[in-house]
Amino acid sequence: MATATVDTALDTAHEDHGSSTGISNTKLAMWVFLGSECLLFGGLISTYLLYKTRRGPGPTNLAIPTDVFDIPFTSVSSFVLLMSSLTMVLALSALTRGDNAATRTWLLATATLGGVFIGGQVYEFTTFLREGVGFTSNPASSAFFTLTGFHGVHVSMGILMLMSLYVASVQGNLTPKNTETVEIVGLYWHFVDVVWIFIFTVIYLIPA
Amino acid sequence: MSETVTETPAPEAEDHSHDHPSDWAYIKIALVLGVLTGLETFTYFETVLDWGDFLIPSLLFMMVIKFWLVATWFMHLKFDNSIFSRMFVGGLVLAVGVYVIALATFEFWER
Amino acid sequence: MAIIEEPLALETGSPGTVDQPLGMLTRPKGGNGWRDWVSTVDHKKIGIMYGVAAMFFFVVGGIEALLIRVQLAVPDGQVLSAGLYNQLFTMHGVTMVFLFIMPLAAAFANYLIPLQIGARDVAFPRLNALSFWIWISGAVFVNSSWFLGGGADCGWFCYSPNSGVTFSPGNGVDFYVFGLLIAGIASMVSSINLIVTVLNMRAPGMHLFRMPVLTWMLLVTQFLLVFALPVITVALFLLMFDRLFDSQFFNPEAGADPLLWQNLFWIFGHPEVYIIILPSFGIISEIIPTFSRKPIFGYSFMVFSGIAIGFMGWGVWAHHMFVSGIGPMSVAAFSLSTMFIAVPTGVKILNWLATMWGGKLRFSTAMLFAVGSIAMFTIGGVSGVTHALAPADTQQTDTYYIVAHFHYVIFGGGVLGLMGGAYFWWPKIFGHMLDETWGKVHFWVMLIGMNLTFGPMHVLGLQGMSRRIDTYAAGFGFEAWNMVATIGSFVIAFAVLIFFVNVYRSYKAAPSLPAPGPDPWDARSLEWMVPSPTPEHNFDEIPVVESEDEWWHRKYGYDEDNRVVRIATIEEAAQDGSAVGVHLPAPSFWPLVVAVGMPLIAYGLMFTLWLTVVGGALTAFGLYSWALEPVDDPDADHGHGDGHHGDGDDDHDDGGDTDEPTMAGVTAGDDAGGE
Repeated sequence: MATATVDTALDTAHEDHGSSTGISNTKLAMWVFLGSECLLFGGLISTYLLYKTRRGPGPTNLAIPTDVFDIPFTSVSSFVLLMSSLTMVLALSALTRGDNAATRTWLLATATLGGVFIGGQVYEFTTFLREGVGFTSNPASSAFFTLTGFHGVHVSMGILMLMSLYVASVQGNLTPKNTETVEIVGLYWHFVDVVWIFIFTVIYLIPA
Repeated sequence: MSETVTETPAPEAEDHSHDHPSDWAYIKIALVLGVLTGLETFTYFETVLDWGDFLIPSLLFMMVIKFWLVATWFMHLKFDNSIFSRMFVGGLVLAVGVYVIALATFEFWER
Repeated sequence: MAIIEEPLALETGSPGTVDQPLGMLTRPKGGNGWRDWVSTVDHKKIGIMYGVAAMFFFVVGGIEALLIRVQLAVPDGQVLSAGLYNQLFTMHGVTMVFLFIMPLAAAFANYLIPLQIGARDVAFPRLNALSFWIWISGAVFVNSSWFLGGGADCGWFCYSPNSGVTFSPGNGVDFYVFGLLIAGIASMVSSINLIVTVLNMRAPGMHLFRMPVLTWMLLVTQFLLVFALPVITVALFLLMFDRLFDSQFFNPEAGADPLLWQNLFWIFGHPEVYIIILPSFGIISEIIPTFSRKPIFGYSFMVFSGIAIGFMGWGVWAHHMFVSGIGPMSVAAFSLSTMFIAVPTGVKILNWLATMWGGKLRFSTAMLFAVGSIAMFTIGGVSGVTHALAPADTQQTDTYYIVAHFHYVIFGGGVLGLMGGAYFWWPKIFGHMLDETWGKVHFWVMLIGMNLTFGPMHVLGLQGMSRRIDTYAAGFGFEAWNMVATIGSFVIAFAVLIFFVNVYRSYKAAPSLPAPGPDPWDARSLEWMVPSPTPEHNFDEIPVVESEDEWWHRKYGYDEDNRVVRIATIEEAAQDGSAVGVHLPAPSFWPLVVAVGMPLIAYGLMFTLWLTVVGGALTAFGLYSWALEPVDDPDADHGHGDGHHGDGDDDHDDGGDTDEPTMAGVTAGDDAGGE
């Protein structure tokens, strides 16, 4: 088959600018999507940075998120999310080896750690509300809840994807042939993690 | 590259498991990430150690290291086709550039 | 969600008989009639649907424009109330930008990109259908505002705090917010899809630097979209939260900064300008070499200037905000960057002129539109440079001078170019030519009309007439020019009518005329090597590309004196479309189902929450069924039967690649699918 031969030759010659064969469409689409997500989270983070000290009208003692941050608590959440990235790569690695039981374990562990993170976020939000920092209090709080809320929704979607992979694995539909599917879900999951690495430093740790 | 590979650019076509790091390498990366997170949290307790003007640069430095470790190792950018890196880094650099300038128009950096 | 792009294989020439026991809708089969259109995943049919829908909204936006001009024809116009006038100019802008030019460019992108790079379809055919259906559901949604309390009245830029509940209490702005969010999802999906298509689906030998300039410009456009849309998405979400959930993003009383909206909007909005104009630049770059019988002058300069425009377009947004008080440093910096962006644009214009220089020019309708577009764009470009000078801009801001400028750029540069593209590719798409005489009349009437309409606005603006004000008093010297502009707008409307008459007449006359053949214009790129209209499977055999302007080089060579000689007739070089048994992606109803749920979610958030539940359930159901659908593919030996993890994340999909035959260049009849 002459065409295929030519194709192969070009593939090797022009690998650096994305030859037409060899890389997966879906994975490329995922990376383009993640590139675009940078602009989304960038916008939300910038909004928060711009507004982080704006306490709103009236007496200036209205609480803003930085007043009520619980850094030790958030550090633990951040650590949990970081470790979920580890379990995610271990799941992929197990699937590549064809170890289905380990794949399921690590997938479940990743989803659980993600769930713990979301639980922590719910706890954080309710605590903030109790301490007088609500979504509508002032520009700072609106921006904070929107940013962390968007991140939380992303994590939740990741958990849904992981659980679907888990179900697929239980049904015997997840085999080493599907490593790419798991890899792509993993990319999304790690991206959500790196966004949190950014948020943890820039929003929580750097003093107002 | 065999003909089968060319005709089926499915996952098999880019099976690069041979250059994937081992599980132990991943665990070591995670340990480094954990230690860095611990260090970051440590800065919060300023009474222990006065970081002074170095606080923000060192926080940002640790953040970049963590970000880089996850992107290159866990997301395989280090081992994968460079076009993926270009897509992601393109978005990232554009986002940082555009929003830093946007905040500059609010004179945010002069505070 | 796993929108698996693992198509159920249907073969050309044999309507599929694949049954789909899962899900409620029977798997659509190949065939004709409306079912075929609503379930199609064929990039050509999707392109045609984009084009038809865009022309419909062109008429809608045009009627809005005519109402505006009727109101302004004489001083103290009484045709429209001030409120209705605000809604009309807002909806005119929204309709023309998001519902006409962008989808018309998407029509060309969908139809032509796979053909120009030698592919059988886009990378994700079903996501392509999804983009179209989401876009049209968003478009219908925005326009439904006319029947549900009135359109948005905040201008297409919708500055805060005017867009807040205080100043715009109706639902118009909500329609704007949700409509643009829905249309944004569509553009996002489509742009990712097309980027992957161009990078990954090229025929053997089609290096990036052998791609036609149109494909290049469309690629740059998709990158601009993919990075600009998230920014407007952020802005729209913040506005939506302000309006529906009382957050404080744009409430100045709470210490919020209205300039936040302006920054976010224009970070998106300025790349958007290039999103509008670059497809037209690409089309012009195809038409001019063809009708000059010369290769494009400075191909790599053309490509790099397009890329440069794409990059620099991100660094000029604040020139829309010179009078907003952003400070002298910002003004000076953005003033400079804005002047610089004129350079790559100038490179393009010079290259087009150099392509024509010494060429054997044929002034067909398409060529007239292309040349007219360059001329009009140059006028708009020059007035644009005057805005880059901040002191002059301070005088011009919010006057009709700005309106004149961007209509020369968008109508002159954009619409005329796209119209030229319609005349150029009409035979390829529909299998018959548009009448050239009527076409030339169409061109001249449209050109005269647009100059009559927008030319006088330069004068009006410099005289101080403000934009967005519903009327003006007599005695300022505005009367004569406004009347001229109104007459001009009706001339444009007449030109559009001529176009529709031409379409109808040419369709009627087609059977009695000789068929145009694969290559009626003696053109240069790969789409002309397949029969007209394009067969369902595009290429009988995926061509192996050996040079830029591949199709031209298959027809012409050089003799020993280095003179161009014909080496093959069109019939010899072209494919005859006779291949059977080519695997094509199978149609699906699910993209439509997913898309229909989205406006319901928005209606629900605005009026009554239970609709949101219905819409959300419909969308989720559609996504889940979509994910399950390919499982029963009898030919699915790829082992992707797993991927049903519903996440509702529309921009992402997982599963296998699309039809392998396309990518691997498998020849026709190889129905093993290359496995």
